[in-house]
Amino acid sequence: MANFYTDNPDLEFQFSHPLMEKIVCLKEQGFSDFGKYDYAPKDAADAIDSYHRVMEVFGEICADVLDANAAQVDETGVKCSNGKVTYAPGTVENQDVLIKAGMYGMSLPREYGGLNFSIVPYIMAAELTARADASFSNIWGLQDCAETINEFGSQDIKDEFLPRIFKGASCSMDLTEPDAGSDLQSATLKATWSEEKGMWLLNGVKRFITNGCADIKLVLARSEEGTKDGRGLSYFVHDRAWGGVTVRRVENKMGIKGSPTCELAFKDAPAKIVGERRLGLIKYVMSLMNSARLGIGAQSVGISEAAYRAAFKYAQEREQFGHPIIEFPAVYQMLSNMKARLQASRAVLYETGRFVDLTKAYASIMAKEKLSPQQRGEYKLYSRNADMLTPILKLFSSEYCNRDTYDAIQIHGGSGYMKEYQVERLYRDARITSIYEGTSQLQVVAAIRYVTSGAYSQLLKEYNSDCSMGQFSTLAGKLSDGICELDRIVDFCNSKSKSFIDYHSRALVEMAGNLILSHLLIKEAQRNSDMKASAELFTAQALASNASHSLFIMNFTEENVSSIERNYSSKCEQDVGC
Amino acid sequence: MRVVVLAKQVPDTRTVTKDAMTPEGTVNRAALDAIFNPEDLYALEQALRLKESNGCEVIVLTMGPERATQILKDSLFRGADHVILLSDSRFAGADTLATSYALATAIGKLSPDLVLAGRQAIDGDTAQVGPQIAQELSIPQITYATEISLADNCTIRVKRAIERGSEIVESSLPALVTVTSSAARPRSANARSVMRYKNFTAFEKWSVDTIGGDLNRYGSAGSPTKVRNIENIVFTAKESKVVNPDDASLENLITELIADHTIA
Repeated sequence: MANFYTDNPDLEFQFSHPLMEKIVCLKEQGFSDFGKYDYAPKDAADAIDSYHRVMEVFGEICADVLDANAAQVDETGVKCSNGKVTYAPGTVENQDVLIKAGMYGMSLPREYGGLNFSIVPYIMAAELTARADASFSNIWGLQDCAETINEFGSQDIKDEFLPRIFKGASCSMDLTEPDAGSDLQSATLKATWSEEKGMWLLNGVKRFITNGCADIKLVLARSEEGTKDGRGLSYFVHDRAWGGVTVRRVENKMGIKGSPTCELAFKDAPAKIVGERRLGLIKYVMSLMNSARLGIGAQSVGISEAAYRAAFKYAQEREQFGHPIIEFPAVYQMLSNMKARLQASRAVLYETGRFVDLTKAYASIMAKEKLSPQQRGEYKLYSRNADMLTPILKLFSSEYCNRDTYDAIQIHGGSGYMKEYQVERLYRDARITSIYEGTSQLQVVAAIRYVTSGAYSQLLKEYNSDCSMGQFSTLAGKLSDGICELDRIVDFCNSKSKSFIDYHSRALVEMAGNLILSHLLIKEAQRNSDMKASAELFTAQALASNASHSLFIMNFTEENVSSIERNYSSKCEQDVGC
Repeated sequence: MRVVVLAKQVPDTRTVTKDAMTPEGTVNRAALDAIFNPEDLYALEQALRLKESNGCEVIVLTMGPERATQILKDSLFRGADHVILLSDSRFAGADTLATSYALATAIGKLSPDLVLAGRQAIDGDTAQVGPQIAQELSIPQITYATEISLADNCTIRVKRAIERGSEIVESSLPALVTVTSSAARPRSANARSVMRYKNFTAFEKWSVDTIGGDLNRYGSAGSPTKVRNIENIVFTAKESKVVNPDDASLENLITELIADHTIA
């Protein structure tokens, strides 16, 4: 029987990371559930063993059910008639199998029916679902909404909704509106308090809502009349059973066709508030968004894994000029690059996951008791690292997954362009990853401040000292020079105008990201010799790419940048009248 | 209501390698993975569905060596309430008749309302054990089941696969039903159950002493089947022939096959 977890040793390897024990101990808080729940672990080793065993089951389901259904799900897509959305039969089966296997509410506390797993196995499950069917990974991954309810909802809201999510109730997060995409603070869907009903009533339109037909919806809405910015927005939970929400249409998309993307009309839809008024966007959505970005990172890595495997298999089987094409440098060059990018993406995915784990664990302790000064220091460090790495993860993994699927088709030649081959679907599914949950361009906006402030550079120096001993010391030396070069370019940019930095921000963030991913790969290679080839290749390419970026930044002057800026801002005035 | 599911641990004959047979012509069990007989999983799934809809107790019973507890643990992971290993050196050399007698004797101790089994095991492929148990217990048997439900408290309704379609039959309880792989897909292990039972070792073990019965009907003494010889047949590919998809070519092929007595 195929198994997407056991066929990929790079996954189990993540459970052996030195921080895992600490993560589990913090998550289980003294293992106090042991004895109270017959499936709770007695110590860290027991918990990690359970992660491993549950992932074995999960990997089997992904291979035998989700992957087997994926082509049919893509072909059938979703239907919407009279406001009712119908999933493809394969999607329904996927859900049913995972509910019976108890795989919903994975990271929720046991008191709500959850497994109380750390983020690491949770994102691993997300990666596995995406390798099988990226469209289904969206539907499954929306259990993230439970995390938000658990973190910020009142006790009543938690008791009302969380146990249902474990039983498989589907979720959606309703943020985007026709005129509020990347600019969410201009959301206008209106929330008004109804004394008569004792509930809030929602009115307006939401657009591009993944799984908008869900049972439980988290909705961003304007509760403060007369406000125009993010501070007037609050967060609400709506139960489909309360009525008032109609699916107007589902989008006809290029990829992830099994996941319904809905346009929704809210008409006096009853809702309850989650957390405090006015914190909807600035606190809760930001937190949910970070989890969602981690999820897209996992989805991207899953798609890349599928693309690499399909390309590798095809290259072994396809013969030309009397040889399997994998023997040709032009082909193995592509494959080795794909593998290096894939392993680098995975390294930053789980590194970010670990930091998110530690941050959430300390935050949950903090809600009950005061942290010691040492714990407070660690909390600050881990949450800063999580914030810094999330945009790097989202940017790099999604862009890489686009490239990997592109290359996978290239290796398949003309066959890869045909619907009969899996890579055709992977290519279409990959395209959205660098767009939704914050475009690549928005990730750059989120990350650039850590470049200019020197925060990435500081993190890189810590990583570099971890790499400087042992077999990778030479490589670490080269990377150390790379960090100096980054510092030099950053100093140079900091002495220039804001427009200059804005223009070059993508290149600057890529430089920092290249160095971060290189270090993380080397750190993994120190513990796992299978990563060595990728670590060496990725680092060499990262340094070459940084040299090119730095040459461009140094040579493309303030004047060059201004003339482009003038060109486009004047065009905008003339053509669009904005 | 109590349902007993019969399960067997079998060598995974779906992935046969060249060392799958010993030079003596018997199955080389060491070379093949030991798995849960696939159709028995379909039987377990039907039992678990009855548990969900009617709240019955599901007991999985297997006869085999100690390592067969692997499939018992798997049964617990999937939702069985109770598992029993029937194991005794006095069962050695049992053919399907002696096996059926041993299992029927053990089932008699459990007084179930319903006994479920897979249609057949992938090692022997006889499909005899289920029906022989029903015979031994003098209870009705229904084979080739694809769906099982309760019509009322003492009647079972079974959809069974027949040539060119299906039929729905009813039977009084207790009864024995064998299930095919066109029934509902067996569920996976459940995450919580995996964590609950992963270190479970306290399997209930039954022997001849537990179940009693006629000692002359167990093991080789109770087995009328005697294997004289097993031949290892090696299929060799000869040159292939391409037949065009038109009437004339098919006509020629049929003439040729009749001529060399491949078909009559």
